Amino acid sequence: MIKEKVTDILVEELGVEVEEVVDSANIQEDLGADSLAIVEIVMAFEDEFDIKIPEEDAASMITVKDIVEYLENKLG
Amino acid sequence: MDTCKIIAAGKAAAQRTVTNDDLSKIVETNDEWISSRTGISRRQITFDESTTDLAYRASVDAINKSGIDKNTIDLIIVATISPDFFMPSTASMLQYRLGLNENNVTAFDLNAACTGLIYAIQVADKFIKSGSVRRALVVGSETLSRTIDWNDRGTCVLFGDGAGALLLERSDSGIMADYTNSRGDAEMNLVLPALPLDSPFSSKLDSPPSKMTMNGGEIFKFATFAIKDTIDNLLRSSRIEIEDISLVIPHQANGRIISKVSKLTKIPLEKFYLNLSKYGNTSSASIGLALAEAMEDGLIKKGDKVLLVGFGGGLTWGGVIHEF
Repeated sequence: MIKEKVTDILVEELGVEVEEVVDSANIQEDLGADSLAIVEIVMAFEDEFDIKIPEEDAASMITVKDIVEYLENKLG
Repeated sequence: MDTCKIIAAGKAAAQRTVTNDDLSKIVETNDEWISSRTGISRRQITFDESTTDLAYRASVDAINKSGIDKNTIDLIIVATISPDFFMPSTASMLQYRLGLNENNVTAFDLNAACTGLIYAIQVADKFIKSGSVRRALVVGSETLSRTIDWNDRGTCVLFGDGAGALLLERSDSGIMADYTNSRGDAEMNLVLPALPLDSPFSSKLDSPPSKMTMNGGEIFKFATFAIKDTIDNLLRSSRIEIEDISLVIPHQANGRIISKVSKLTKIPLEKFYLNLSKYGNTSSASIGLALAEAMEDGLIKKGDKVLLVGFGGGLTWGGVIHEF
């Protein structure tokens, strides 16, 4: 469930294909997110899951796997 | 005659054109990086003109376009975060430069960062509606180039110099709604320090850096919230629909913010007027400069309802809906 929503958001915000959103994909290097796109992605996660993601936590989201694991922990 | 109207908008572009390629020679950056992240291609930077000089040129432009006798101006407000002096104020010096020193003029500078012109319009509107002022000259003027750390590629690529000047007077049509707000920036996300404590009796604190600093990510989030909040408030209080607004002129900070707001509000991107590719972010000057150019380009016809929206340090934000 979380993985699907994360994929939808990354596809929408970064204009990438669903197939590119694999666990090991690096948000910046593989999916082409620049610093502002990362801010927008984090805003989208905050809206979608109704949570607040502090800057320090956002900085640790390097790959798709990092994001999914972070959200799974945060949402229990 | 129950509202206040903008009868003319003048502008002053700063002297030197500085392109992204020019910047790549002094800091680690390039045209592609700057353009894709901001939408800025070049900016105008002053060579030897002061904030007062720019304010003067923009004011003369507005006065010429309006055809009014400048001696009817009795309120001068200069919105700026880069005054030439704390004292005398830019507004008082502008009064002198315009040859109005013998007249009864109320003149002061106003600091609401990039929302400065909106705040100044709101203040002038209240002075005019109360009957205490006949004509107001409201100027946004900046030489941000003196406030920037030109070694910091995160900020020096964003900002420029310039001025925009508006003339306002009583009228049957004009401002239909106004809204301003503020939230103290406790996290210091957008800062330009003033003079540090310094006397034989004060504690010896470390001096903060004297140049502008910005947390881009946090300000991006704030800006998208602020624009949407302003538009929502203005539409609600004026009871106008967004379809009736012909043009939205935002503070010209970053094209990516506008794209995001367009997506969030479903307002088509074409409805936003943007000239930031030529000027970058000129803080208090940006909305006046943009309005002047939009009018010169013939984009605003009589009867058009235009929404101006600003947001910036403070943190401040707000806007007006104006019928031309």
